[in-house]
Amino acid sequence: MTSASSSSQDDVLSKVRASLDRRYKRERRFRLYGAASAILGLAFVAILFASIFSNGYTAFWQTHVQLDIYFDPDIIDPDGQRDPQALSGANYTKLVRNAMAELFPGVSGRRDRRALNGLVSSGAAYELRRMVLEDPAVVGSKRTLWLAADDEVDMLMKGYIDRNVPQSSRRIKDNQIGWIDELVGQDRVRQQFNRGFFTSGDSREPELAGIGGATKGSMYMLIVTFLLSFPLGIAAAVYLEEFAPRNRWVDLIEVNINNLAAVPSIVFGLLGLAVFINFFGLPRSAPVVGGLVLTLMTLPTIIIASRAAITAVPPSVREAALGVGASHMQMVFHHVVPLAMPGMLTGAIIGMARALGESAPLLMIGMIAFIVEVPGTPFDPATALPVQVYLWADSPERAFVERTSAAIMVLLAFLLVMNAAAIWLRKKFERRW
Amino acid sequence: MAVEAVRQDITEELGRTDNKVDLPSMSELASYVADQDTESGSEADSPTVGDYTAADPVMTVRDCNVFYGDTHALIDVNLDIGRNEVVALIGPSGCGKSTFIRCLNRMNDTIDIARVTGDLRLYGDDINARKTDVVLLRARVGMVFQKPNPFPKSVYENVAYGPRLHGLASNRAELDEIVQTSLERAGLWDEVKDRLEEPGTGLSGGQQQRLCIARTIAVSPEVILMDEPCSALDPIATARIEDLIDELSQNYAIAIVTHSMQQAARVSQRTAYFHLGRVIEVDTTDKVFTNPGHKLTEDYVTGRFG
Repeated sequence: MTSASSSSQDDVLSKVRASLDRRYKRERRFRLYGAASAILGLAFVAILFASIFSNGYTAFWQTHVQLDIYFDPDIIDPDGQRDPQALSGANYTKLVRNAMAELFPGVSGRRDRRALNGLVSSGAAYELRRMVLEDPAVVGSKRTLWLAADDEVDMLMKGYIDRNVPQSSRRIKDNQIGWIDELVGQDRVRQQFNRGFFTSGDSREPELAGIGGATKGSMYMLIVTFLLSFPLGIAAAVYLEEFAPRNRWVDLIEVNINNLAAVPSIVFGLLGLAVFINFFGLPRSAPVVGGLVLTLMTLPTIIIASRAAITAVPPSVREAALGVGASHMQMVFHHVVPLAMPGMLTGAIIGMARALGESAPLLMIGMIAFIVEVPGTPFDPATALPVQVYLWADSPERAFVERTSAAIMVLLAFLLVMNAAAIWLRKKFERRW
Repeated sequence: MAVEAVRQDITEELGRTDNKVDLPSMSELASYVADQDTESGSEADSPTVGDYTAADPVMTVRDCNVFYGDTHALIDVNLDIGRNEVVALIGPSGCGKSTFIRCLNRMNDTIDIARVTGDLRLYGDDINARKTDVVLLRARVGMVFQKPNPFPKSVYENVAYGPRLHGLASNRAELDEIVQTSLERAGLWDEVKDRLEEPGTGLSGGQQQRLCIARTIAVSPEVILMDEPCSALDPIATARIEDLIDELSQNYAIAIVTHSMQQAARVSQRTAYFHLGRVIEVDTTDKVFTNPGHKLTEDYVTGRFG
């Protein structure tokens, strides 16, 4: 009896031992798969970031050329009246040309002179005009100024143009390279922080193009989206979760909200075009319309996240509130909503981050237009960051390549900041019960 | 007494004592029912053994039935809760004790599929009437739950919440006064007076439950319902709560659900035994525990099942 039971026990033990090895192996294998997939994911993110960064970081610096500009009163203000109208309309390009001619007296001939003047950005003239309008006293004086170089010069200085390629297959010619080298020899060329990239609007000249307009457009759009979708989304979630009667109509609404979250965003763009622009007559290309369209897109996300947050509030808190005589409404607004707020905010921020990166619906409502002016109000024509990326990626100039990557970097930085804010809010307001 | 119910009772009893006995036939059952009815001497419409009325009732419940969807959770329950008395509700899990006390402040309203019928009165006011204001009712009938559930707010805010809702204090000084007396009566003041601004969820389990009691009595209810208030607490915290219940019974009518028969014996004056949705027996606690009138009660209090 004893031996029989002990032998059967041995039998069981040996079987368990035999299976143990297999079980542990399976566990190790599974862990390996998990680690491998996580590493693969991280690697792709790293490659993406590295490629964007290596392409784009140079855009934050811009080549400038030092010129001795003589603010010739004969050119700027021949009447001597200092009339703002006249000052504003003067031929400032001529000042730049004169300065260049002074530096390279040997250059003659229309063609060569044009090539020489092409080294400096056409934006330099606007810079000079700005200085004069700001302070008319500079007229008549001679100043040494750093002015933006043309984008081709910039590319050459950043090493993107191969000097060994035959002259005919590059846009910057041998004589121009010679002049640049001469300027470099005189210490008249340097890289400066590219402030204009963050402040100016779009431009056909890469050295003048910036994301200022697109950033502001995106900002206006997000403000409109947040102001509309957050209160609406929370109100809808609270109503559906706490007050709505359980019947077929409410079920239908719930199903449709879930469906709406899966609708392709371009469809919302078409809806916005049809309803907001064609029917309500709101301005085309305006951030306010973009905000409305993105609200439609973000609402389901916020509603779904908010409902999940409300459901997660433990019933014990509800019972406690009802138990001391809070009305249903008081229970909801004193206890349930505050406790669900971190989850709601997280949902809203994630929804907003998605809206910030969205471009398809904006194409439909005309926010893809080439807009130079930085918008002053949400009703002015504007474009958005992702759309700006798309526009630049389409441009042929070499200098737009780095700007595209730089714009992506800025966009990614915004997204990271928003996601970090979501995590921070969740951690800060998370309550334990 | 319905034959099916007895059959079910017997099944249960037999299942606990001896598995091998076959179920009695229906004719045997019928005679058993007849015996039971004559033994207990109860009328057909009132199967409850003992006296379910109280001399000076605060709450009276007559023919209370509760349905959760198709499930008949409470069947023809009659019970009074008297002034300054503690009524203990005992019985095996799922017998309807919690369902019963949740009827008394209409907490069952929060369950969509629950339906309550019967005549439930608080000082003659119909509790179950459609026009009864549940907010007022819950201010008059406070409740302490099984798991301590302080709000995730400060100790002070936890107690002040109810009075503030109902506008019981006209200024901060009055509110401070209410908070202090409530905490004192809950026996918690000395432990928390220096940490009123700390979160109530940071207290120990026993302190949290006393905080919940303080929150309940801050509204000055007429009845306090307690749903297994000590089931999540250790013996020391339990003893403190029991002392507290004893003190509170000077001023309030209390109904307490408990799984601990010792606790029922210690704190209550009357005890009601629930079984499968029915009140089997109601009597003085002494009588129920020493000389129960019904076989099921006897089996339960002697620990033969449940």
